[in-house]
Amino acid sequence: MSTRLNTGGHRIDRSAPVTFSFNGKTLKGYRGDTLASALLANDQMMLGRSFKYHRPRGLVASGAEEPNALLGVGEDGRFEPNQRATTQEVFNGLVSTSQNHWPSLEFDIGEINSKLSRFFPAGFYYKTFMWPRSFWKHVFEPVIRQSAGLGKAPQDADADTYEHYYHFCDVLVIGGGIAGLAAALAAASGGAKVTLLEQGPMLGGRTLVDEDPALAAEIAGMVATLQAMENVRILTRCMGAGVYDHGYVLGYERLTDHLDAKDGPRHRLWRIRAGQVVTATGAIERPLSFAGNDVPGVMLASAVRDYLVDYGVSVGDRTVVVTNNDDAYLTAIKLVEAGLTVPAILDAREGGAGALGTLAEAKGIRVLKGHGIAKVKGRKRVTGVAVCRQTGEGAVTEEIACDAVAMSGGWSPVVHLWSHCGGKLLWDTDQAMFRPDATRPPRGSDGEAFVRVAGIANGVMDLDAVLDDAVAQGLAAAQAVGQAGTTPADLPALTARDDRPTEPVWLMPASAKRDLRAKAWLDYQNDVKVTDVQLAAQEGYESVEHAKRYTTLGMATDQGKLSNINGLAILSGALDTPIPQVGTTTFRPPYTPISMGSIAGEARGETFQPLRRTPMHAWHEANGAVFEPVGHWRRPYTYLRAGEDKHAAVEREIIQTRNALGLLDASTLGKLIVKGPDAGRFMDMMYTNMMSNLKPGKCRYGLMCSENGFLMDDGVVAKWDEDTYLCHTTTGGADRIHAHMEEWLQTEWWDWDVWVVNATEQYGQIAVVGPQARTVLEKLGATGVSNEDFPFMTFQDHVLAGIQARVYRISFSGELSYEIAVPAGQALALWQALLDAGAEFNVMPYGTEALHVMRAEKGFIMIGDETDGTVIPQDLGLNWAISKKKEDFIGKRAQLRDDMARPDRWKLVGLETLNGSTLPDGAYAVAAGTNANGQRNVEGRVTSTYHSPTLRRGIAMGLVLNGPDRMGETIQFNKVDGTTIPTKIVDPVFYDKEGTKNV
Amino acid sequence: MLILTCPYCGVTSEETEFHGGGEAHLKREGPGSDDQAFEGYLFHRENPYGVHFERWRHVYGCGKWFHAARDTQTLEVFGTYSAQVTTPPEDLLAVIRDKRPGWQWRDLA
Amino acid sequence: MSDPVTALSNAVAEGPVRVAETGPHGMITLRGDLSSDAVAAAVQSATGVAVPEVRRLSSAGDRSILWMSPDEAMILVPRAEVAQIVTALTQALGTAHALVADMSDARARFRLTGEDAHLREVMVRLAPVDMDRFETGEIRRTRLAQIPVALWMPEPGAIELICFRSVAKYAFDVLTVAASSARVFAE
Repeated sequence: MSTRLNTGGHRIDRSAPVTFSFNGKTLKGYRGDTLASALLANDQMMLGRSFKYHRPRGLVASGAEEPNALLGVGEDGRFEPNQRATTQEVFNGLVSTSQNHWPSLEFDIGEINSKLSRFFPAGFYYKTFMWPRSFWKHVFEPVIRQSAGLGKAPQDADADTYEHYYHFCDVLVIGGGIAGLAAALAAASGGAKVTLLEQGPMLGGRTLVDEDPALAAEIAGMVATLQAMENVRILTRCMGAGVYDHGYVLGYERLTDHLDAKDGPRHRLWRIRAGQVVTATGAIERPLSFAGNDVPGVMLASAVRDYLVDYGVSVGDRTVVVTNNDDAYLTAIKLVEAGLTVPAILDAREGGAGALGTLAEAKGIRVLKGHGIAKVKGRKRVTGVAVCRQTGEGAVTEEIACDAVAMSGGWSPVVHLWSHCGGKLLWDTDQAMFRPDATRPPRGSDGEAFVRVAGIANGVMDLDAVLDDAVAQGLAAAQAVGQAGTTPADLPALTARDDRPTEPVWLMPASAKRDLRAKAWLDYQNDVKVTDVQLAAQEGYESVEHAKRYTTLGMATDQGKLSNINGLAILSGALDTPIPQVGTTTFRPPYTPISMGSIAGEARGETFQPLRRTPMHAWHEANGAVFEPVGHWRRPYTYLRAGEDKHAAVEREIIQTRNALGLLDASTLGKLIVKGPDAGRFMDMMYTNMMSNLKPGKCRYGLMCSENGFLMDDGVVAKWDEDTYLCHTTTGGADRIHAHMEEWLQTEWWDWDVWVVNATEQYGQIAVVGPQARTVLEKLGATGVSNEDFPFMTFQDHVLAGIQARVYRISFSGELSYEIAVPAGQALALWQALLDAGAEFNVMPYGTEALHVMRAEKGFIMIGDETDGTVIPQDLGLNWAISKKKEDFIGKRAQLRDDMARPDRWKLVGLETLNGSTLPDGAYAVAAGTNANGQRNVEGRVTSTYHSPTLRRGIAMGLVLNGPDRMGETIQFNKVDGTTIPTKIVDPVFYDKEGTKNV
Repeated sequence: MLILTCPYCGVTSEETEFHGGGEAHLKREGPGSDDQAFEGYLFHRENPYGVHFERWRHVYGCGKWFHAARDTQTLEVFGTYSAQVTTPPEDLLAVIRDKRPGWQWRDLA
Repeated sequence: MSDPVTALSNAVAEGPVRVAETGPHGMITLRGDLSSDAVAAAVQSATGVAVPEVRRLSSAGDRSILWMSPDEAMILVPRAEVAQIVTALTQALGTAHALVADMSDARARFRLTGEDAHLREVMVRLAPVDMDRFETGEIRRTRLAQIPVALWMPEPGAIELICFRSVAKYAFDVLTVAASSARVFAE
């Protein structure tokens, strides 16, 4: 069994017990424990079920590479699935649950899949669930949904907050082991701004586990030196998640995940821009591929050591060590020193180990050279191993009873961060590993290398060389940012172990038969076995990227941490191609998964998006407004009164406005000031109309097209003075059109003297609409505003209710209408004054829906309804607004293209259903016959459709083939139920064709 | 995520302050141009794996358009320069020739 | 006559870093070639303040000018002086090609005060700016979370910031959230 020993465990505080739960059981651990070490201390070895076969799975590793121990952690608003038990620290009240089993961890129906594993080969998703099609809905999908997936999605809103943090440094060191500390000391020695990230809670790395305990004091000294330097920042519990272009690095800091009380942001996403990055990320031990290497109790040799030294936890009472290198001997020695039993070390190498081997034998440990494991015995827990010769097919030479297996297939440098941004790898045959190729590094904006790798991550495995390499990389990084330093004094003296070389062992035993290979796991998380990769190769998936996707090897959160090299080696063997030629798959960020909340940062709830509010927004909110988004603006759709639905409210607003008086908050309309000696010439290029001949004081409706001829915006232009224009744009168009104007001025006509200012938000703008509009203006103090003195399409300055205002007599409803612009800070006061003055006419504010209906009743187009990026003004019957005199305007050349001039373009007409009903939005007019795809031909579509309360019937506009030539003709619009609606083509002006109201 | 230096305000900042604006040094073809020339102007763009000239706007900053010479393969930025030119400055071209012998881009080399 | 109101009625969030909407202020936009002698002379004569250097702020008394781009300046003056300065500047510019516009109501302005290092830590939660190297008197137009802003430090321990009026609440909200978060690099 696994248990807590009476002594040991430098990471835990035995004076601070912690209570937590697993699958409803209350368990005890200590402050400093990971969930994994605390569970092991409670003899909880089996922690989940595998993805495909639902095999019992236990801990394999002790860090970020753990593939199996993914648990649900937390409850309600703090529940999160797939949390690694090995990186989650315990705290009081932590609730954890195993996942991927049904109905229970101990008894799982899906385990039958394991018995049927011959029928779930590589690519089985592609092979099996293809046919018959009808099986998808009723057979495949329900079964897959019941059994697939890792964990359950949270049901509640996240109770925590998150934040971003932009950080700039000269040198960023990732990894707080001894190499990272040394690199940081070297990099900082010349004054460079250095930041060091360590993913765990503690600095010092593997040295604290593997080396002389006396070194701990020296490491503490290095840390203290760094902490005392003003130019150094150290962040623990902060993972280097990804390295991106030009020195951009994401750091993922977990602030409260280990605390009893959750106060403040849970995670902080560091958005770091570094001049140079030094990754000192160490290495990850590789598993060995033997039958039953996934049985709970089979762990990495280093993890067994970590649990023992870091947490004082023994994984088992009797641990068999199996290895192809010397390092695993250290595990055996430490176990024996702790009073535990190691029945044997199985060393696949005929020659055995160096100095550590001698030491192990001196401690009385039996070493079997040239041996390996034929198969692990036990199902939910190791009960023993069958031993065989490594060179054979797996004939069992003896069986050894044990309750744990510590395996080591050698070490793979953590090259992920080097590779994220394009750093290349080379295959080191001697050490049987991929390591960074310094001649092909990630390059920054200046074309120079910006990532360096230090220590073991760089493939420097000899301890005495690690510090030298780290110092060299740190100094080189400082040099590269112009802050050259010197070799730090007082670095610890490390001596190299006299290790014999690692011998590659990709399969144990080397000629294992199929029944053994079919139980030898390469990727625990995705349930990929040796036979799966071999099958993929046999079926022609020769590219490593194809084999990866076909088998799912190294996908998902593993990102090749444990599975990559072993899988490659098997593929290489199956293809009879050397490993470097097979190549490796792409390592993608993040290194391990990061929370969605940290990515969102402050962008949630109220601050999810910057909502734009007009000066009258609070009034609207207080007076029943139902808002609709228009770009980032929130505009009142309608104002509800007691007992009203939206439809009734819109009708009331329209009828009141047409009969007496309505108010519209038009502040969102874009207002661009264009000024300069060349302003007229510029306006003539921007608009399809002639604008330069507009007289000061006058207004003109104008159209803007893009260079490819399509209508992109419209609005009323007012000529303020001889060289100044005010351009109104659509609500959504202000920023876009402003940018459009600046682009042409800056990049094409930079010699033209024109300035543009976006004055949209300087003004609150209120449309006063209806037969009583003039009276209200007069009540507020305006004089000389008769139809003759203040005609349509002109503007005047007036003082209204004591506020200086510019009044535009323009109309988007067909009614007598004034749009009044005042400084935004006084707009609410004017709004209130207009409401007071209009009270005797029962004035009502109206929203965007009433605005849309009234404009449609008048046949006015709306950008975004009648236009969709493929419509030219000529399609909309707006030829009158396209100057024929001008030689050029933006879009003119494009409108001369054949396709724009062809006679059968769909054109704008009004539409009236014969029965008075309202056409469905977006409906198509059906025509005779079918097209090449067998679909019904169409001859038009609805662009705007409303119920008109004024006319008491449905009205619509649409684009119809030869529409303007077919007035009075009846065509058929489709409905989703398959029937059609007979509809008459009519003039698009439905209301007050003679314009009698706007006087 | 790239970093760029705006030649107008001198700020060096991350890409989120900027907005890409497509290929640089297009010659506008207006009314009077033939169909082929207009088609080239409106639709045809270089898409090199290597040296490229682009337009960018410092949209969250000073609002100015500028040009950037960049390697789309290595993401090296050779330099940024004024929007108010029709061809890259000679000293920048010399830098690119030095760093990428044999490069070609439209009629530049 | 009604007095102008600011977007958030001068909302304040107290804390170690205090976030306050201030105003109403006078804000005048000048578009014109800031490197031209004619423009510089007109600005000096009409405002008493020199045209600032690139990305700097220049001040005289209670008037300041922010460099916004090579051809745009934001002139900050007491609200009551706006009309007079717009007139004076327009006159002084004469025939020089320029655009002067009263934009006092178009923007919201915030003042953040607190311990200098803490202030800088508030800003880096929202803006991709190296605040460690940001100097008093420097102006930076950048992105604050999702909106454009201009920010400057009039003196140590204070940051001034302007954004468009319509997003004032968003700016205030994200600033107060960032200001409420604990310091990372407290000494």
